[in-house]
Amino acid sequence: MDVSNTHLLDEAVVTTKIDAVINWGREASLWPFVFGTACCAIEFMSTAASRYDISRFGAEVLRFSPRHADLLVVAGTISYKQAPILKQIYDQMPEPKWVVAVGACASTGGFYDNYTTLQGIDEIVPVDVYVAGCPPRPEAIIDAILDIQRQLKREPSFKVRNTDYKGKLDDV
Amino acid sequence: MMSDTTTLKSSELLGAITAAKENLGFTLLLDITAVDNLHKSHPPFTRFELVYILRHSEFKKTLIYKVAVEDPEIGVVSISSLFASAEWAEREVYDQYGIHFQGHKMLKRVLNHNEFVGHPLRKDYEITKGQYCTTSQDLMDEMRPLLDDRNLDMNKDDLMIVNLGPSHPASHGTIRTLAALDGEKIVAAASEIGYLHRGFEKSCENHNYNQIIPYTDRLNYCSAIMNNIAFAKTVEDMLDVTLPDRGIFIRIIVAELSRVIDHLVCLAAGLLDMGGQTNYWYLYNPRDNAYDFLSKLTGARLTNSYMRIGGMTHDLYDGWESDLDDVLTKIDFGISESLKMITHNRIYNDRIQNVSPVSAAQAIDYGFTGPNLRASGVPYDVRFANPYYYYDTFDFDMVIGSVGDTYDRMMVRFDEMNESLKIIRQAVKRIPDGPVNVDDRRITMPEKSCVYGGIEGMMNQFKLVIDGVKVPEGEFYGSFEAANGELGFYIVSDGSGTPYKVKVRPPSFYHMSAYPKIIENYQVADAIMTLGSLNIIAGEMDR
Repeated sequence: MDVSNTHLLDEAVVTTKIDAVINWGREASLWPFVFGTACCAIEFMSTAASRYDISRFGAEVLRFSPRHADLLVVAGTISYKQAPILKQIYDQMPEPKWVVAVGACASTGGFYDNYTTLQGIDEIVPVDVYVAGCPPRPEAIIDAILDIQRQLKREPSFKVRNTDYKGKLDDV
Repeated sequence: MMSDTTTLKSSELLGAITAAKENLGFTLLLDITAVDNLHKSHPPFTRFELVYILRHSEFKKTLIYKVAVEDPEIGVVSISSLFASAEWAEREVYDQYGIHFQGHKMLKRVLNHNEFVGHPLRKDYEITKGQYCTTSQDLMDEMRPLLDDRNLDMNKDDLMIVNLGPSHPASHGTIRTLAALDGEKIVAAASEIGYLHRGFEKSCENHNYNQIIPYTDRLNYCSAIMNNIAFAKTVEDMLDVTLPDRGIFIRIIVAELSRVIDHLVCLAAGLLDMGGQTNYWYLYNPRDNAYDFLSKLTGARLTNSYMRIGGMTHDLYDGWESDLDDVLTKIDFGISESLKMITHNRIYNDRIQNVSPVSAAQAIDYGFTGPNLRASGVPYDVRFANPYYYYDTFDFDMVIGSVGDTYDRMMVRFDEMNESLKIIRQAVKRIPDGPVNVDDRRITMPEKSCVYGGIEGMMNQFKLVIDGVKVPEGEFYGSFEAANGELGFYIVSDGSGTPYKVKVRPPSFYHMSAYPKIIENYQVADAIMTLGSLNIIAGEMDR
């Protein structure tokens, strides 16, 4: 095929699935809401700074309004006091939405096995990717975003996700 | 450091502290905490004791008052009328220990959530007993008295209540402020903290001294090694040991480097909040270079856990000088490029000059320390007042501001970075050869060849790992000039390898307690800059 011919596709019709097109667009335009609370948030700052440059993967449009975002990045320890706020933020995000638990604290409570710390955010919101580390290196955070991209390509594009999830703060 | 401890009866408390402040000149209240004597093998007369730590106005002497509390329900007289910093400090003691303070205006929880039942730092509260929280409080219980004090009415004066945070880009995720606005102007504000309360102090009571080092990393995670050093140094002072010179110089180098990268992240974020995004790249990128050096040295970028009681994990690596020199050059470049953009920039100067000024007297009253206190013109730096680690032999200056506004707080940090770079360069020239750790088998680990080659070495390592470093019985307050101010550790030891109690004296906690007061009469946009310039680090504020 002669690719130098720019008119090649002028009249052409390409057939594909709607899911493939939408997910292709979605993949490289994830808008993260950074729920940064602690040390991991500082590493997220590194991820966004020029050396690691999260915009290479299309996820640099950091939104601080949950209504603009579709990727919740929970970076840092979530205490019991913080939990209802995280839950509220998650509920305010429009579907479809994904959640990354960055670091040991958000994933499991980490080494804060004590009276203040939620033992993993999956007790209150569904989590798609867990990132190990205390705090994880920026590469690991980028890898989590790539992982989300791989996941969403396999999913139907018009679907409310995690309908069967029941968190500990859901009925109160 | 000199510190006198005096034991008082609860009835004598107010008189003694008033006399200390008015007659003896102890004008800075550093911290208030309590000790629960329930598990002490020889319990004193009462279960609870309060501890008041005061610092003299010349910043050399420390005074500690211990007060026996007969009945926590009745408690003692509040000293919040004498010191503004006592307001939150007493609330914290009430929250954690359930000790009442008579005459306190707003005695409610500060770190734990409003649905919490019990007092977690009491010895009979189980460490893992978490309690779910379902709603946040509306803070109007704090706002209404503030409005009444100012003769304001929500409807009549047409005020608007705005909630900033905790999930707000400029509130760093964990700080919440409720502001009453008249137009754009803040007329009253109340702050809520505790969203990052991670139970540091309770965890300390359940780990041995060396196991606490990683927890200290996460107090001020922007300058983790400094917290390591502050804690290790306090315990070493209790053990009455000092590091060999090479160890001390390594500590100076990494501590000052940490101070620089802490200020870098504060200024980068502050200027980003203001809209100066280019500054963020110039100031943040050298921080990444410093991470490279630190991860080569310690294995971790951010939470290094490099120190141990009696020394550090290992010596510097071969070729560290050139790596460090490269980092310093890049930091120099970042600072000078950023200063080029802001020094004569009208937006920068007009935006933050004369915003939220704190006078010297107010700053002392609020319990400010560190760059924020120096910005107000008070020449207090632990490195000068009570020099440790040969700081008196280095050629560097104390950076002082004049009016204590947001501009001063930011510029003091800029200049302090240059002073720290000066110290590092001198220390690199002067660093001697030799061991880095204390040569005492009760404190530091034996050589690995001894551990694998003989039973004594193996038993030595085993005992140190299982039992920990045994610290003589007693109480000690150690202070250290961290990036944000005086970082103190008040440690009570019962003679075992696990501390009986550890209380952190967190600089950010006191800076934050003043925040709702100093943003009054300024606009919301100014309040954001003020928060950035105070450099509140939630990890050490909420612990």
